[in-house]
Amino acid sequence: MNTNELSKVCRQVRRDIIEMTGNAGSGHPGGSLSAVELMTSVFYNHMRLDPKNPTDPNRDRFVLSKGHAAPCYYGVLAEMGFFSRDEFADFRQLHSILQGHPDCKKTPGVDAATGSLGQGCSIAVGMALGAKIQGKDTRVYALLGDGECQEGQIWEAFMAAAHYKLDNLTVMIDLNGLQIDGAVADVMNLGDMNAKLRAFGFDVHEIDGHDLDAIEEALSAPVSGRPKCILAHTVKGRGVSFMENQAGWHGKAPNAEQRQQALKELED
Amino acid sequence: MSEKIATREAYGKALVELGAVNDKIVVLDADLAGATMTKFFKAAYPDRFFDCGIAEANMMNIAAGLSTMGLVPFCSTFALFGAGRAYEQIRNSIAYPKFNVKICCSHAGVSVGEDGGSHQAVEDIGLMRLIPGMTVIVPADAKEARLATLALAEFRGPVYMRLARLATPVFEEDYPFEIGKANVLREGKDAAVFACGLMVNEALEAARLLSAEGIEISVINVHTIKPIDAACVTAYAEKCGNVITVEEHSVIGGLGDAVADVLMGKVNCAFRKIGINDQFGQSGKAADVLREYGLTADQIAAKIKETL
Repeated sequence: MNTNELSKVCRQVRRDIIEMTGNAGSGHPGGSLSAVELMTSVFYNHMRLDPKNPTDPNRDRFVLSKGHAAPCYYGVLAEMGFFSRDEFADFRQLHSILQGHPDCKKTPGVDAATGSLGQGCSIAVGMALGAKIQGKDTRVYALLGDGECQEGQIWEAFMAAAHYKLDNLTVMIDLNGLQIDGAVADVMNLGDMNAKLRAFGFDVHEIDGHDLDAIEEALSAPVSGRPKCILAHTVKGRGVSFMENQAGWHGKAPNAEQRQQALKELED
Repeated sequence: MSEKIATREAYGKALVELGAVNDKIVVLDADLAGATMTKFFKAAYPDRFFDCGIAEANMMNIAAGLSTMGLVPFCSTFALFGAGRAYEQIRNSIAYPKFNVKICCSHAGVSVGEDGGSHQAVEDIGLMRLIPGMTVIVPADAKEARLATLALAEFRGPVYMRLARLATPVFEEDYPFEIGKANVLREGKDAAVFACGLMVNEALEAARLLSAEGIEISVINVHTIKPIDAACVTAYAEKCGNVITVEEHSVIGGLGDAVADVLMGKVNCAFRKIGINDQFGQSGKAADVLREYGLTADQIAAKIKETL
């Protein structure tokens, strides 16, 4: 899909995020909006998937380690046809296939249960390792939050990814700079992530995480013998003026008025 | 009963048997392959063995990922670092999505001995039993540990298996092993003694001591703590009227509670839990530590007698 078409999908996914969280009266719009271009690009242009056969053993895998960005995930999966957009109305409701955080038992297209931060990257390492030892050409993608990188287990996973030479694994880190309690740099500074990831043995690409061409270039760059990391600088709440760069919109849903305003800003 | 073999050793050797017939079996460890006995598999199938280093949380989630690729991962470390340290990884990334991961942890209970309380899990059965849908197995001897390991490979879903460091007597008789089905090892009318793990042998010894005094007890090996064999527990409680549970685990959360959950409100009986009384373990020779916590055959026999 070309950049123009992709940005149309991105706009639609942003509207989906607002609709879902608005309907539910809860959820995480900020970190969903920051991840839209990354997730849309991977799903539309890089993953081998068949929405009609979501458990195809030869599919590529995606792990949303920052599971609170579920509205973005569900938006992308629905746009691709894994399930109907009608499900959005039940997001976070009793018996819904769309749980507050991703649940592979309930949602077609979801490969792991995530949301408890720090665990998804290790699961992705296991998937990539499992593909390698069985001689499969499966590619595995994981999307992490920057606040999430404060979890020690993330670094255990990074160590293992390099140790097992997982060049079929791409780790994307959504660097939106904010977490629940404030700026990541103030809460617990991550320091020089580029240097740290390189020191951990990754092939590192640092880009603007809303620039579809830059994302495409980073995802397409060939890599051999080591895992890839895309450090994507993003804006939390991207696309909705009053949500942008506000930690307060991490886990708060828009009210009716805010929802209308947001949707207006996101019109085609 | 002559030969002594630790359940961890039987587990390690059974993994090699499995490796030969099932190429989907993969084994993970966290720098304890020599102690958990996954070293045998490592030597036989190095391409399917992954030492994750001293990073148990990462190991559990790598196993979760491997299971989604159609593999059958067996994960081993010490019980405290598996069930304890990586509890939430097991809970959220393995049990919640019902992934087919086998968590087989050695060095459970105070019979770990010299390493001391920091390394003696007395709460792992409770932790794992609490997780919805988790199957919890505690083999009594080396033969059963082998059969259980083979059964796990055929069973679909998350399982926790508790293994011991200490070499203990191997039962001369052959007993069948079926997940969820308790084995009655001795029949007696005066009390139903439900035991698991190393305490099964102690309970059998206690039964012999009591028999010499004219007291006959039933000894039931409850190797599957969850799902527990409710029919067997109920039948023997009703038949004997006195119920005693024996485990090398805290009296809170383990076999005793599992048996009590079955009987509560249903069967009128005297009930006593024998186990570790809300304490941590400590260093010492395994036999001395077991005695310190009241878990030897003669001590168990005395407690049973008190209860009757």
